[in-house]
Amino acid sequence: MERVLLRNTESPHSADIHEYIKGGGYISLHKAFEMKPFDVIDEVRRSGLRGRGGAGFPTGMKWSFAVADPQTPKYLICNADEGEPGTFKDRGILEKNPHLLIEGMVISAYAIEAAWGYIYLRGEYPRAKDVLLSAIKQAYEKNYLGDNILGKGVGFHLHVHCGAGAYICGEETALIESLEGKRGQPRIKPPFPVNEGFSLKPTIINNVETLANIPCIIEIGGDAYSKIGSPECPGPKLYSVSGHVKRPGVYELPMGVTLREIIYTHCGGILGDKKLKAVIPGGISTPVLTPDKIDCPMDFRNLPRVGSLLGSGAVIAFDETVDMVNVCLRITKFFEHESCGKCTPCREGVGWMRAIIERICGGAGRNGDLDHLMEVSSNILGKTFCPLGDSAATVVQSYLGNFRHEFEEKIKNR
Amino acid sequence: MVVLNQKVLEEINRIKSKYHDSRSCLLPALYIFQREYGWLSPEALEAVGEILNIPKATVKGVSTFYAMFSHKPTGRHLIQLCTNVACMLMGGERLLDVLREQYGLEPNITTPDNRFSLVIMECIGACDTAPAMLVDTDFHGNLTGEKVIDILEKYK
Repeated sequence: MERVLLRNTESPHSADIHEYIKGGGYISLHKAFEMKPFDVIDEVRRSGLRGRGGAGFPTGMKWSFAVADPQTPKYLICNADEGEPGTFKDRGILEKNPHLLIEGMVISAYAIEAAWGYIYLRGEYPRAKDVLLSAIKQAYEKNYLGDNILGKGVGFHLHVHCGAGAYICGEETALIESLEGKRGQPRIKPPFPVNEGFSLKPTIINNVETLANIPCIIEIGGDAYSKIGSPECPGPKLYSVSGHVKRPGVYELPMGVTLREIIYTHCGGILGDKKLKAVIPGGISTPVLTPDKIDCPMDFRNLPRVGSLLGSGAVIAFDETVDMVNVCLRITKFFEHESCGKCTPCREGVGWMRAIIERICGGAGRNGDLDHLMEVSSNILGKTFCPLGDSAATVVQSYLGNFRHEFEEKIKNR
Repeated sequence: MVVLNQKVLEEINRIKSKYHDSRSCLLPALYIFQREYGWLSPEALEAVGEILNIPKATVKGVSTFYAMFSHKPTGRHLIQLCTNVACMLMGGERLLDVLREQYGLEPNITTPDNRFSLVIMECIGACDTAPAMLVDTDFHGNLTGEKVIDILEKYK
């Protein structure tokens, strides 16, 4: 498959606008401006594109909700707060192909009639910030951004807004709070951001990778795009692969490739040719899978059938030597640190889970600890504003479910 | 002591044009103060509040929510070491021992010569080169104990 999202990124000057234009860049923008905004949305709807941030919501449908709201102004926000541990796919686009994102944003802004846009970039990506700022400057100079883009009477202004190290700001309503200069604590939904988002105005928030798919959809048409990858969730997908594989990295592959193909064909198998013990398919907030599940296609439809989620498509492979209780502890510490403190079940419960797992790891586990852990996690699940608490609970349950013997062993041998 | 210079004020005013509401300038303004003064002192938080017309308590409440804002003085170079799962698998936690032994560093501690401060990060998005760290704004990956020492020797 010809690469779409990482096209031309092997060139050292791929972030430069001249290089991007030479490779056919900004042609889709010209094409989109010849279409009516409604037709752009329709093309995206027909493409079947689903949001790449983790939730997999149909992008065209999301856009039409914002357009249907009569309030103005409307805002377009790119979620570049790529904080899900194991994920570094958006960084590839941001650092090497920033104009693909900018072109996607201008087309999207035209479709939803937004005149202002922000890229909410995680603070941990200083290089991406520099690259984006110069790319935006170049786009203004070439009149791809500004008050009268390409002389077509379309105005769109784009700014970079840096986060400051809060995982929760990847959650869209927390992101909006943060962009408004507040603590990044999620809002209750509904109302959804498409109706009451930034400054309580209709706001579209899309992930970097989602927006980077837009130029391709306009270029080849929604119908042709919908034939790439899985029929139910089409398109190219970026998979970040790390952990015990021979060739970690970002891979652009058709949506629906299996975990086995990713790990053994593209990444060359497990380091030292050891056995695979477990794999996280979509970042650490997705449930862990055992090797018997790796023939599952990596998409939004199929992973839930084997008990996990596509999430951000961040694969972390564990070889046979890994202590899975220790992995579970590290993940729970992460969630405890990143809980925003708003909801009691998450703020308190995740800390309790961490304390139980920590004492099991430290050789002080008690009989009944595992039942207790299940009970605490069940009391977090479904009782929080945002998915952070749910993730912490389901992830702990997945480690308990798949590797209970390892927990029991530690308690027995204390 | 925060001595407001004209440059900082002008920079914050420029940022205001990027938003419809000046409250949105809070995080960018905090970044500017941190860059200029090295950390966010109580005086700095007060100054930010005055410039943006936001109560000091609100500024502090927001500022302390975010891990990348420092509310105590930091060293000349900030080491941000990742120990999340991918880095942990590849030995990230062992690097913490190296930093301890070589420089006497602990998380959230600055060396007495004011050269380094260390913070433990939750994933810096460099998992394919795990274990990894950021020193100031530079990514360093595929680290080993020896490599960490070699790299840090370049930061004086």
